[in-house]
Amino acid sequence: MSDCSACAGCGTASAVAFPPDAAVKVVAVIGPPNSGKTTLFNRLTGLRQKVANFPGVTVEQHTGIAELPGGQAVELIDLPGVYSLSPHSEDEQVAYDVLTGRRDDTPKPEAILLVLDSTNLSRHLMLAAPILALGLPTLIILNMADDLRNRGGTLDIKALSRELGAPVALVSARQGEGIEQVHDFLAGTMALPAPRSLPVLHDVPKCREWAGRVGSQADYRAPIAPKWTRRLDRVVLHPLAGPLVFAFVVIAVFQSIFSYITPLMDAVKWVFEVSGNWIATALPPSLIRSLLVDGVWKGVGSVIVFLPQVLLLFLFIGILEDSGYLARAALIADRTMARFGLQGKSFIPLLSAYACAVPAILSTRTIENKRDRTATILIAPFMTCAARFPVYTLIIAAFLPNRQLLGFLSVRTVAMIGLYALGFLMAVLTARVLKSSILKSGRTPFVLEMPAYRWPTVQSLGLRLFDRSKVFLRRAGTVILLVTVLLWTAAHVPYSHGRPPAIRDSLAGTLGRTIEPVIKPLGFDWKIGIGIITSFAARETIIATMGAIYGMDHPDSTSMDLQSALRHDLTPGGAVALLIFFAFAMQCVSTVAVVRRETGGWKWPLAQFAYMSALAYGGAFLAAHLMRFV
Amino acid sequence: MKKARRKSDKRHLDKDFGVAHTEMEMQLSGNKRESAIPPASLVDLRRGDEAVLSEIDLPVEDARRLMELGFLPGARVVAGQSAPGGDPRVFQVDGSEVAVRRETAQRLKIHHKGRLPRKA
Repeated sequence: MSDCSACAGCGTASAVAFPPDAAVKVVAVIGPPNSGKTTLFNRLTGLRQKVANFPGVTVEQHTGIAELPGGQAVELIDLPGVYSLSPHSEDEQVAYDVLTGRRDDTPKPEAILLVLDSTNLSRHLMLAAPILALGLPTLIILNMADDLRNRGGTLDIKALSRELGAPVALVSARQGEGIEQVHDFLAGTMALPAPRSLPVLHDVPKCREWAGRVGSQADYRAPIAPKWTRRLDRVVLHPLAGPLVFAFVVIAVFQSIFSYITPLMDAVKWVFEVSGNWIATALPPSLIRSLLVDGVWKGVGSVIVFLPQVLLLFLFIGILEDSGYLARAALIADRTMARFGLQGKSFIPLLSAYACAVPAILSTRTIENKRDRTATILIAPFMTCAARFPVYTLIIAAFLPNRQLLGFLSVRTVAMIGLYALGFLMAVLTARVLKSSILKSGRTPFVLEMPAYRWPTVQSLGLRLFDRSKVFLRRAGTVILLVTVLLWTAAHVPYSHGRPPAIRDSLAGTLGRTIEPVIKPLGFDWKIGIGIITSFAARETIIATMGAIYGMDHPDSTSMDLQSALRHDLTPGGAVALLIFFAFAMQCVSTVAVVRRETGGWKWPLAQFAYMSALAYGGAFLAAHLMRFV
Repeated sequence: MKKARRKSDKRHLDKDFGVAHTEMEMQLSGNKRESAIPPASLVDLRRGDEAVLSEIDLPVEDARRLMELGFLPGARVVAGQSAPGGDPRVFQVDGSEVAVRRETAQRLKIHHKGRLPRKA
């Protein structure tokens, strides 16, 4: 900043060289949404990145280490996508505060990588003026060079660099083209143009006018319209074909994650069984062996079995998002969302809630209207998250045959889609009630940019899956492991005559039998009761719990099949009640915690928890009784 | 009051009749269909129609968002595809495609419209 004070606050875009001997440089990556900022960030940092939240606000913070060919390491901060630097939304506020060093928790960046979409340069250049005016060394990265070339767009990089007084690099983050220029800049070996004083404009039309002028100075010729995007949109947004494509995509995703992945899951299951037996034979019979095999291995293993499925779901969401179809889906869904008092922007958080409510609730920050946002947060946990999914799969597989309907859909797929629909219906019903009572608000304009269609890259999808596996395995290794060990302990006390008690007489059994009168009307016995208690930590824990309980209950047949054990203990009515209980109950510590943080207090999470629990109990009760007549 | 009502009725019922209007613009095409009362907002555009934005009749914050996406007074807007049922509709503006709901499109006033020249 010393360079800037030297020129007396002229708002100059000074191209300052890096301090030569700084240990680790901190560089911020910023750009408008859809400029390929994250692709570039992934390209530069690879697996050396982590995701966290900016403390105090709900904006996600990605940081990563970029290693340069010369061996230096640079820390990159991926800032949220913004259209301008005038702080109007939380995202823009965070970006502004980080760039100006106003956040104590984040180091002030020493340089900026400004990522712009080269196929829409004139508009994206609007962000260049305020960023360059910050006076930090900035590299302007014109991304999507391959698209620009393919669609016949051209520009004079040198002239643009001269006009802006900052270095400019034309790259394709997706193809890895031109990345060496970014490395050069980060290493401080890039030739820099003479700094220039730029106007600081706060008025959008003036800013756009300036950007247009700079673009034409640089001989920018905009590329022709993306032909394939237009062609695809003619089908995807066709009044008849559009909804059909939409339905086809949804069904195809569900069918593959519920049916086609089974062999892979069986393989994982087999690995855990074999290795469990191996541990059992390698160790002498003791308490430790029991804890390891019956508690930890069986419990954690029964959850890890679902990793392939959860990853497949994230793979599909990743493909839909990266290809650009997700925005079209939001467009098609908007009218329906509006009918329930929500807006199209709620669609993406709600769709992500099919994977996990926690990132979904975090992503509601894109909804500017506070009441719309609260409503979306409150209904997100109704969407069928990945943690419910293994529970559903287990119960459905135990009680329904894998028969084909209509030749291609199995009965199980239909049941699963039904459960997904149930969660969705309850979500929109709740939204409708909330939006017409306590959260009533004026409508905010729905504006959604349609990105051009692109091929998703293996690298970006791979990183996403890597990230998700980490999260899933961390949960299996922490929350679920802890609950399993606690459960194992509770199932092994009190000791009598130097022997552990029968599961029925243990602490866990006593607990289960204590709540049995409450859950009896739902058709659950005390074993399911223990499962339900533990599942309030995280839903999928019930599987680990049941696995452990049945394992201990039948010590002779260590491979006592969970499905047949469930069939033995649950009536079909009880099974339906259990499914409905899981569809409605808010059994997730992480979700409660994130709602508290996002809504800034205990009021909403407690109300939400009470409401969902009551609904779960009522729904299960009704289902158990109705099933008697079937 | 009475006059205003008659005018709005006309627009719905007699859309294709060339009703006398003071702000009528010169029609180069001579197409009778095109000589209707000039539409007032983006809502009146059909797919492929093109217009120049004149004014954004929205609260400052909302208008700012739209302007950052390219909906500036004087900008050329082409109506594109829509969700089933015609709402929301995608508009091509300033090199990108942006979907806007009907209620918002109504507030984006336009000067005039015309058919896009068909390119091979």
